[in-house]
Amino acid sequence: MTQTPSPHPIDTSELKPIHAKKGVPEGLWIRCGKCAAMLFRKAVENNLWVCTKCQHHFRVSGQQRVKQLVDKDSFEPFNTTMAPVDPLGFVDLKGYPERIAAAQKKTGQNDAVQTGMAYIKGRKVILACMDFTFLGGSMGSVVGEKITQAIEQAGENNLPMVIVCSSGGARMMESGFSLMQMAKVSAALARFDDQDGLFISVLTDPTTGGVTASFAMLGDVILAEPKALIGFAGPRVIEQTIRQELPEGFQRAEFLLECGFIDRLVHRKELRTEISRIIDYAGK
Amino acid sequence: MAKSTEYGSTYTLPFEQPIVELQKQITIFEQKPDAAEFAEEIESLKKNRDQLLEKIYRNLSPWDIVRVARHPQRPQTSDYIEMMCRDFCELHGDRHFGDDPAMITGFGRIGPHKVMIIGHQKGKTTQEKITCHFGCAHPEGYRKALLKMKLAEKFGLPIVTFIDTPGAYPGLKAEERGQAAAIAVNLLEMSRLKTPIVCVVIGEGGSGGALGIGVGDRTAMLKYSWYSVISPEGCAAILWKKADEQTNLQAAEALKLTAVDNLANGLIDDVIAEPSTGAHRDPQATAKQMEHWIVDRIRELKRFKPQTLVQKRYERLRNIGEVALAATPTQH
Repeated sequence: MTQTPSPHPIDTSELKPIHAKKGVPEGLWIRCGKCAAMLFRKAVENNLWVCTKCQHHFRVSGQQRVKQLVDKDSFEPFNTTMAPVDPLGFVDLKGYPERIAAAQKKTGQNDAVQTGMAYIKGRKVILACMDFTFLGGSMGSVVGEKITQAIEQAGENNLPMVIVCSSGGARMMESGFSLMQMAKVSAALARFDDQDGLFISVLTDPTTGGVTASFAMLGDVILAEPKALIGFAGPRVIEQTIRQELPEGFQRAEFLLECGFIDRLVHRKELRTEISRIIDYAGK
Repeated sequence: MAKSTEYGSTYTLPFEQPIVELQKQITIFEQKPDAAEFAEEIESLKKNRDQLLEKIYRNLSPWDIVRVARHPQRPQTSDYIEMMCRDFCELHGDRHFGDDPAMITGFGRIGPHKVMIIGHQKGKTTQEKITCHFGCAHPEGYRKALLKMKLAEKFGLPIVTFIDTPGAYPGLKAEERGQAAAIAVNLLEMSRLKTPIVCVVIGEGGSGGALGIGVGDRTAMLKYSWYSVISPEGCAAILWKKADEQTNLQAAEALKLTAVDNLANGLIDDVIAEPSTGAHRDPQATAKQMEHWIVDRIRELKRFKPQTLVQKRYERLRNIGEVALAATPTQH
């Protein structure tokens, strides 16, 4: 897909629109969707797509995440041509193939995860980075299969497995197939665990639904980016169930830390250091 | 569970409307003081009613099947335990936080096999339904299930799970206590338990909450149950932006959630027959069918060494998924 224009490195719905001024080239400035500050795009990019004003961690694409995490040019991707099919002939307001094609065009990706072998500060790892910009990072057969194969690779090669999660959950358009990917990836992790493999799970905004209820929460060590939304059910569903407003900060990474479900909160710029540090303690 | 009326249901589903009129006529005849004289008419009306009902049930849409699966008189885990299980010994609690009534666990005998039974419970009376959260288990329910399954593994007992949940409970406390983590751990641990696991979807198989006790060596669905990644209403609300009669019907269709569809897609192993007009009209017959299936599957699985069993279980899961190869690689 080299002919398509370069996809946006973040989820642009997180940006507030700016009124173009005459004489200022487009794309030079962006406006943070969180604090509304006008930011020099280059500065935010250099800050790993974290708002220089309010430290809001923007949702980065899988491609961008890999770039941020690994040692320069060390990423050797797996299964780059693996692509989704439409096993159920799923049609809602649009057909599933149509949705896939649009997402592929927008992101330059075949599906919602990048997997491969890479070095992080000189430590060799197997890495999977989910991509929220592709159909909400949802897990269907491709995501399940790529992550499973990556885990199997990690097991065979005695390497640590790092998964950066960013997903709304299982993909509805593949229904039962998506649901069973939860079991498949978890089963692969059980084997990896039996092989004494180290699995570091990194939770980023958002990690919900079937992804949280499977591999995301199965890390030997679980890290999370500040303020990331992490949960099983979505906040709106919970509000409807309990018929009251949710407390401030509910289902945010800080809340999960307090409840005891994650090990460490890690600022994006510390992620490489933290991962390599854990590998030094627990890796083989 | 006793039949509530002669033809087994006092609750009429929307698509059963055509038989209501017939039933009324039958009742009128039957209540006449000289009812005996109309025996022939009554018999003929009943025959018509039954034929009509069977015809309706032969052509149920997926959304209708969801309705049968949720029928308030549909037998639940506790009913099946009562009907097919001798000497059930219920075990409570997750030894950590509490005892979730939405999850029933305990020792029991099914046919010749001593087993561990795990099942969602929706509750019968309004009070029970509320305490069971309508079959939506909390994290302590999933942890209780896992604890008892490990107990079964320790003593070499096969595990039988009955799946019947709209989904795991989506509430504040459930999140605080780690709903996602509880389910995730169950998926991982069930995949490697060294004892046979057979699962039956007896009503609703709602997403992760169903799968949380649904990883096994053999899975079957009762004819009028559903199993899918999300409920039709949930799917309609997200993809159609509104859940109403029309969109629920479309979502139920699109999700391929029926037993027959799941079998065709290779996601389950068998469909267990129900009485032609639903399990609620003859719970005993349904229990019998299910018992046969369970007993046979356990007999078959007991022949494998534990390691082989776990290996085969992995291979089954490993093969699920449909992917293609694209002409162009993903960008890096």
